[in-house]
Amino acid sequence: MSIKNNRLTPEQYAENFSDIHPPFDSYTAALVDANRCLFCYDAPCTKSCPTGINVPKFIKQITTENIKGSAHTILSSNIMGASCSKVCPVEKLCEGACVYNFVEHEAVIPIAKLQRYSTEIAMKNNWQLFDRKPSNGKKVAVIGAGPAGLSCAHVLSREGIDVTVYEKEAKGGGLMTYGIAAYKVTPGFCEEEVDYILGIGGIEIKYKQELGKDIQLADLQKQYDAVYLAIGVGLARQLEIPGEHLEGVEDAISFIYNLRSNDYSKIPVGDKVAVIGMGMTAIDAATQAKRLGAKEVTMLYRRTEAEKPCTDVELDIAKLDGCQVIWLAAPKEIKGDGKVNEIVCSVMKLGEPDASGRRSPVDTGETFSLAVDMVIKAAGQMPFEELIKSSGIDNKGGKVTVSDKAVSSVAGVFAGGDCVNGGKEVVDAVQAGKDGAAAIIKHLGL
Amino acid sequence: MADISSNFLGIKSPNPFWLASAPPTDKKINVVRAFEAGWGGVVWKTLGSQVKNVSSRYSAVNFNGGRVMGFNNIELISDRPLEINLREITEVVKMFPDRAMIVSLMADNNREAWHELIKKCEDAGAMGFELNFGCPHGMTERGMGAAVGQDPEIAGMVVEWVMEKATIPVITKLTPNVHSPVPTGIKCVQAGSNALSLINTIQSVTGINLDTLVPNPYVAGKSVFGGYCGPAVKPIALKMLTTISQDPVTSKVPISGIGGVSTWKDAVEFMLLGASNVQVCTAAMKHGFRIVEDMCEGLNNWMDEKGYKKLDDFIGKSVEKITHWEDLDINYHHIANINQDKCIHCGLCYIACEDTSHQSINLEFGKPYNKYTIKEEECVGCNLCQLMCPVDDCITMVEHRVAPDYVNWKMWQAEGRPLNDH
Ligand SMILES: Cc1cc2nc3c(=O)[nH]c(=O)nc-3n(C[C@H](O)[C@H](O)[C@H](O)COP(=O)(O)OP(=O)(O)OC[C@H]3O[C@@H](n4cnc5c(N)ncnc54)[C@H](O)[C@@H]3O)c2cc1C
Ligand SMILES: Cc1cc2nc3c(=O)[nH]c(=O)nc-3n(C[C@H](O)[C@H](O)[C@H](O)COP(=O)(O)O)c2cc1C
Ligand code: SF4
Ligand code: SF4
Ligand code: SF4
Repeated sequence: MSIKNNRLTPEQYAENFSDIHPPFDSYTAALVDANRCLFCYDAPCTKSCPTGINVPKFIKQITTENIKGSAHTILSSNIMGASCSKVCPVEKLCEGACVYNFVEHEAVIPIAKLQRYSTEIAMKNNWQLFDRKPSNGKKVAVIGAGPAGLSCAHVLSREGIDVTVYEKEAKGGGLMTYGIAAYKVTPGFCEEEVDYILGIGGIEIKYKQELGKDIQLADLQKQYDAVYLAIGVGLARQLEIPGEHLEGVEDAISFIYNLRSNDYSKIPVGDKVAVIGMGMTAIDAATQAKRLGAKEVTMLYRRTEAEKPCTDVELDIAKLDGCQVIWLAAPKEIKGDGKVNEIVCSVMKLGEPDASGRRSPVDTGETFSLAVDMVIKAAGQMPFEELIKSSGIDNKGGKVTVSDKAVSSVAGVFAGGDCVNGGKEVVDAVQAGKDGAAAIIKHLGL
Repeated sequence: MADISSNFLGIKSPNPFWLASAPPTDKKINVVRAFEAGWGGVVWKTLGSQVKNVSSRYSAVNFNGGRVMGFNNIELISDRPLEINLREITEVVKMFPDRAMIVSLMADNNREAWHELIKKCEDAGAMGFELNFGCPHGMTERGMGAAVGQDPEIAGMVVEWVMEKATIPVITKLTPNVHSPVPTGIKCVQAGSNALSLINTIQSVTGINLDTLVPNPYVAGKSVFGGYCGPAVKPIALKMLTTISQDPVTSKVPISGIGGVSTWKDAVEFMLLGASNVQVCTAAMKHGFRIVEDMCEGLNNWMDEKGYKKLDDFIGKSVEKITHWEDLDINYHHIANINQDKCIHCGLCYIACEDTSHQSINLEFGKPYNKYTIKEEECVGCNLCQLMCPVDDCITMVEHRVAPDYVNWKMWQAEGRPLNDH
């Protein structure tokens, strides 16, 4: 048992990390599904998309071979429509609301796949579908080049505002680039998408500029007419159990960050891996550990399947990848001599509902242990509490509090995305960026 | 098992499905394959003076991802030497004596030419003739085809020439490129035609290539009007058939129904409106001859279910059900009803009624699903919502007679009753 890299051949890596939802391979294939869309009135799919994409309209436009119009319909509501079509948990968003859910023996419309069809063509041809108004001299600073920041910057630029984005990493895209599972989007695709968004002009990204370190909020407030905070959530939550600092214990965010920024063959992974948690991040960590060549991956969750935060579709991905699941298991202690070799768990049972409305896990006093050589913690992420608090912005445990969807307690400072909602999906962050831009435009009196 | 054998003017065929005069009946190799597949008869591709075809010849109208809703051709009559056609006809008749062999004709516009052609074809073994007064392209410029069919006097005259010579049954095939096929039909029956068939193809432009700007079909940068057929023309064919079935003169002779017949159901509809048999072209061109198997079986099963023993038991039964508008019962009224258990909340009924009908559907906003209900007092019973609803039996029209008695428009007017009461 050991943690090592280079477990697979280059071909195996390529296969394991290829597109999990392959695109349509021809116009005709897309057409067949597009034609099935009923063109619902006041469509439930649109109402269930956080960015409100006019789904029936863009699908209809595919049927008329108006792909440019289709892409425009999508991107005018969601400038990251291309990546959302690959990463959205559609089973609980648009597709989850498709009226075909009520029709027995009929599959729902593959909305995301159709969205991918149009947006990929738009990006491949570099169709610039939006015009920027002439510059009006207003300047806005956006902190964070993730989905929320980029979406806000794009709307502002369209209005003729000059935008400077400050990003602490060397690449844009935020968790799109550094967090999302590699079989959904590639770093290369994220880079293309960032370039596509910047294609409108009027947006400058300054990389390797961290707020609180290289730049300070007070300075930005002086230099710019408004500031938009889109810094996401960054820090992994600790388990606060013994053995957490042994070699071989890693948090999911940094494990995935490494995987997204390096060649797959360079990422060390154990033979027997335990993943703690049952959220989307846990699923992503477990499946990717398996796809990197781990022999056994076991997911540990302290409640039952009924309370799990991930969707059925996501859990199925992990199961199909051969990951084991142990329900009602809460990690108690991690053991090892320098390196981890065992994890001890408490056996839980369900008690009364807790604050989340789900039945709470209660310790039965019994324990069991698993032999492991790697532990990946995916017990949630925490906001940048210190940074926000030191800036004097109203917050709840580091999550920025906003009124009117985007207005912070400090005049001229706006915020949105994960740093406000504590961590949702890309599509929510894109909508937050739009809301932020609207609030800023209002603030600037444009 | 019902008896689906057909007897058209004494020409017998094991079923009422004939292949229309067109490429599928152009030569022995096709016709033998068709008979092997089970077709009851063929109308051999029109013979006449020899012609030359161009390419391309066909174009189509696709709809909503479905291919060939409508089909269009600029083909002429048979472009093969007459002698070869005649020899092959003889050979096929010998091989399949139980199948109908009708030969379609289009001679030059003089009596001798017709007489000569008829003689040759009878000698070859034809069991009947079909006069092509319908071909809408190429031949019309020379005063033939539709040029004949569009002029009742000329058509009658040609039929007279034919009847002077023919000793076997004669069917006259009518063109739809007229306001009504009845005047020509009447003249042809009066001139002695033993039967009528309709429709031939309808002049059309199916579409334009948006890159070259040349309409389809493309022939060296140009196009011409073509003849339209296939499923898209069925409603027009049925209407024209009905007018022929209703007219006291033309209804005296048997009718062969043509135009968009693709399935046994289509065939039954044509027969209910007065056709004794049907002819098929586009459906066979689209799927091959094998479609006849299901046509025979489907017809047979339907007849068994309905208790019809032979074709004559139902032919023409729906003709009397088509009346004049002023005879319709104005007191009949129905109102839409939405079955909430079946409704999938697509809102298609709502938007159709709201934008283009009588704003009779109520929307109760929900996230993400709205609830739709009928405002009964507003509903005029037009059916639009029912037609738009994608779910079977979700919207039904419930009868709510305005009054029990029958009142039609003429009676209404005579009584001076008010007009805008709902
Ligand atoms: C492992 C994982 C998997 C996920 N999978 C999915 C998925 O499949 N589908 C989906 O829809 N969503 C997924 N999400 C959620 C999604 O990635 C986020 O909701 C979304 O990226 C939030 O966008 P954001 O712009 O608010 O924040 P982020 O994407 O986090 O972007 C914040 C940006 O700010 C920068 N930044 C942070 N601090 C500073 C600072 N002090 N100074 C300057 N820059 C700073 C960061 O480097 C980053 O670029 C996943 C998240 C994780 C963690
Ligand atoms: C390619 C093609 C060629 C045709 N040639 C003839 C012809 O030579 N003589 C004729 O009477 N009708 C001809 N027709 C018309 C058909 O016989 C038939 O009347 C018409 O296609 C309508 O039937 P459908 O809808 O089943 O195709 C032709 C039709 C097509 C499509
Ligand atoms: S952005 Fe996501 S939720 Fe919205 S329509 Fe597209 S795939 Fe569905
Ligand atoms: S709900 Fe489904 S069918 Fe209706 S518009 Fe949306 S994708 Fe189309
Ligand atoms: S069209 Fe039918 S399914 Fe759709 S909302 Fe109306 S009643 Fe419901």
